[in-house]
Amino acid sequence: MRTLKQILGGNLQQYTMVLALIALIAVFHFTTDGRMLTPSNLQNLIAGNAYVLVLAIGMVMVIVVGHIDLSVGSVAGFVGMATAISASQYNFPWWAALLVGLLIGIIVGCWHGFWLAKMGIPGFITTLAGMMIFRGLVIWVSQSISKPVPSEFQIFGAGYLPEWGPAFTGMNNSTLLLGILALAWFVYAEVHRRQAALKRGVQSPLWVMLVRLGLMAIVIGTVTWLFGSGRPGTSFPIPGVILVVLVIIYHVITQRTRFGRHIYAVGGNRAAAALSGVNTNKIYFLVMANMSFLAAIAGILFVGRATAAGPSDGTMWELDAIAAVFIGGAAVSGGIGTVVGSMIGGLVMAVLNNGLMLMGVGADQTQVIKGLVLLAAVAFDVRNKNAGRPSLIGNLLRRKDATAPGKAEPEAALKA
Amino acid sequence: MAERMPLLEMQQITKVFPGVRALDDVTMQVHRGRIHAICGENGAGKSTLMKVLSGVYPHGTYEGRILFDGEEMHFTDIKSSEEKGIVIIHQELALIPELSITENIFLGSEVMRGVLIDWDQARWRAMDLLARVGLDVDPDTPVKQLGVGQQQLVEIAKALSKNVRLLILDEPTSALNEEDSANLLEIMRGLRARGITQIMISHKLGEIAEVSDSVTVIRDGKTVADYEVEEGHVDEDRIIRAMVGRPLDNRYPDWEPRIGNVLFEVEHWNTEHPTVPGRLVVKDASFHVREGEVVGFAGLMGAGRTELARSLFGRSYGNYLSGTMRIAGEPIRATTVSQAIDAGLAYVPEDRKTLGLNLLDDIKGTIVAANLQAITRHGLLQPEQEVDVAERFRKELRIKTASVDVGVATLSGGNQQKVVLAKWMYPEPRVLILDEPTRGIDVGAKFEIYKLIHALAEQGKAVIVISSELPEILGVCDRIYTICEGRITGDIAAKDADQETLMRRMTTTSSTEPAVPAPTA
Repeated sequence: MRTLKQILGGNLQQYTMVLALIALIAVFHFTTDGRMLTPSNLQNLIAGNAYVLVLAIGMVMVIVVGHIDLSVGSVAGFVGMATAISASQYNFPWWAALLVGLLIGIIVGCWHGFWLAKMGIPGFITTLAGMMIFRGLVIWVSQSISKPVPSEFQIFGAGYLPEWGPAFTGMNNSTLLLGILALAWFVYAEVHRRQAALKRGVQSPLWVMLVRLGLMAIVIGTVTWLFGSGRPGTSFPIPGVILVVLVIIYHVITQRTRFGRHIYAVGGNRAAAALSGVNTNKIYFLVMANMSFLAAIAGILFVGRATAAGPSDGTMWELDAIAAVFIGGAAVSGGIGTVVGSMIGGLVMAVLNNGLMLMGVGADQTQVIKGLVLLAAVAFDVRNKNAGRPSLIGNLLRRKDATAPGKAEPEAALKA
Repeated sequence: MAERMPLLEMQQITKVFPGVRALDDVTMQVHRGRIHAICGENGAGKSTLMKVLSGVYPHGTYEGRILFDGEEMHFTDIKSSEEKGIVIIHQELALIPELSITENIFLGSEVMRGVLIDWDQARWRAMDLLARVGLDVDPDTPVKQLGVGQQQLVEIAKALSKNVRLLILDEPTSALNEEDSANLLEIMRGLRARGITQIMISHKLGEIAEVSDSVTVIRDGKTVADYEVEEGHVDEDRIIRAMVGRPLDNRYPDWEPRIGNVLFEVEHWNTEHPTVPGRLVVKDASFHVREGEVVGFAGLMGAGRTELARSLFGRSYGNYLSGTMRIAGEPIRATTVSQAIDAGLAYVPEDRKTLGLNLLDDIKGTIVAANLQAITRHGLLQPEQEVDVAERFRKELRIKTASVDVGVATLSGGNQQKVVLAKWMYPEPRVLILDEPTRGIDVGAKFEIYKLIHALAEQGKAVIVISSELPEILGVCDRIYTICEGRITGDIAAKDADQETLMRRMTTTSSTEPAVPAPTA
């Protein structure tokens, strides 16, 4: 037990949600006769859920500051439609359409931020209004008709990494390269971590590090193989790469910057944060602006995969994103939640969707099961909090122990 | 009024909380048709006594007897005491701002006709009640449109609607300006003339002199004085002595201050209440603190000490009206907290849990929270440095914890306070304002915090200590300003001060003469 602790580093309980995810995948793998862990299924799973996970990145920040954003689905739909229209009706080149989309996202975010931070309207109301406004606008500007998007968008929504180099690897070499990079980063982080620990006189046996690295190599290797060994021309999907990059960026922002600290400070105790010199309204504004920016990215990923923008794109996405964040251990009252935790929460939902579909369970029953899982996960969390213990899932990756910088990045990369 | 049996008798009331004897054998009599004042320092047990009386602490959770009208009472909750005609008006008003005056007055005891509320009847009765408290306002007005003084009158009208026989007012004027206070006291006299017995909790000696007929002084949960007031004349010295008379034991470290030049100067500072326009909470405050000096701000709760401090600290309280602030001769214009921090100010708030700490955060995160730029390199926080800083303070301040990674919520009050102090020491401020730095922590930790305060002064910082505990102020500070009702009323060297002189200046706005007793109507 102690050995295991040393290897995993810190509190075993922190891994509850990760273990639940792995167990879920294993159960589905066997009940579907091995159809879960196949390259094409996993590629689909990632490409088909990347947009929700991107939304969850922003949503966890909104929820940590103590608000909620109900508008993200409408905003994503509106941005998707706006890019499609600017390309198909106004003949914008694809990159210009893309920029228009991202710009609209930022403007919409500033709109929400203005009402929340400057006018003091609660985020729930501001974004409920936004949800109606932008849903209405999508239908209005599209006249309820789907619009095609530039074919280049498909790269973002459903593209694969290029094939190159020697064939003897037996897999997509781009994916292999990503796997090697992830492993290299992990090795670097582990060595750095051990050196830092030794420097401050903390015991850190070499074998622990080696076992950790060995385990990580196996996990990363497996994931790389699973994604890379599909039929030729497929790889780890590009939306997945975008997601991983965003997760790394936002993990660093939330855990390693002043802005990130301020988000947690405002969510944990607004008055105390204000008396520590945090401009709370500025934090609210930026978090809301960022949320809609990410919603724009999500919208673009989605229309890229769907090849067209439809008037009802994005309906109920906000709820999926919110569910992911809460399954990932965030607290409704704010102050608690992590980007990586939310990704795991989102993956739990995605795997449930996918696995139940493979098992032939209907959408109706899937919905019921997802609802129950959300309830169970949060109830579990609440119970632990009420029992006076620190929240398991909340603790999970809430703040990494200081001697392990970047520990979560390879983890995130791996899960995605 | 016939001096028969007293309306209320509380006999040998003892109320114990885990670890604290909040009330210890308190006995008190209130006679019919009188205004009885209860005074005592913050935390002396006044509110606890009233909660026992009104049934908030039900019969059986305390020892002793309550006789009302000669009958022994066994109140189980507020409702049961209200049925007997005992009504409390709390310091924080309990009106619902969105509802109208009528709705508020009859909330919980609605005027019914069958199953429906008879609003017409309710309005007529409300108008009648408002007339009795001298409030000329449409009873349909939402309460939020009323000023604090008017709201207080609505509370009284509400009490009258319940056929009140004993009205308890908990620091009724603490939130009022002078005019409203005078008006309220006038109303209280009117009620007395109509035979309504009242208990007034207050520590403003002026108003006690003005309206009360008898006084009970409570200190540390015990009745220490109980006597009649003769015709609007109060022996203030006697009350003050009774309020503070606890022995001053040696709980403060010795130290020799090395005082330098004036470091922090504030002149003619005026601050308005954030929501009540025209009500000044800080009135023309001027003071200075020298390098290496520990200056105390003594004042009762609500006197404006915290408001002054927070108003200086980046205007984090109220509306700034006028005044200047200088550090080492340089004028400081700090309109936000972060500007104040950059200018070299630090403010450790009085309420750790609601203002000082993010209870979800860990120790190291809290310690660096006010100075994140110091651990930032290339835009990224440096976790190793964070741990180093936290470890340094853990050793320096002897914070008792297994690790700086654990949550601050797991620490004891004293250790939490040390963490908060570390948070404000880390930005290396030149001026530190400590608001009630030892509230709610044990004696041992207090001693350590006093030593820390002196250590900070020895580094040449200007330290301001705000405290309600006079022995603490006298034991720790070099010089003391007294504050009363937003005004600085005294500037006394600690060696020349004693608790009585401080209490006198804390309770009277004019420092030269005692409050002039107004002739009773």
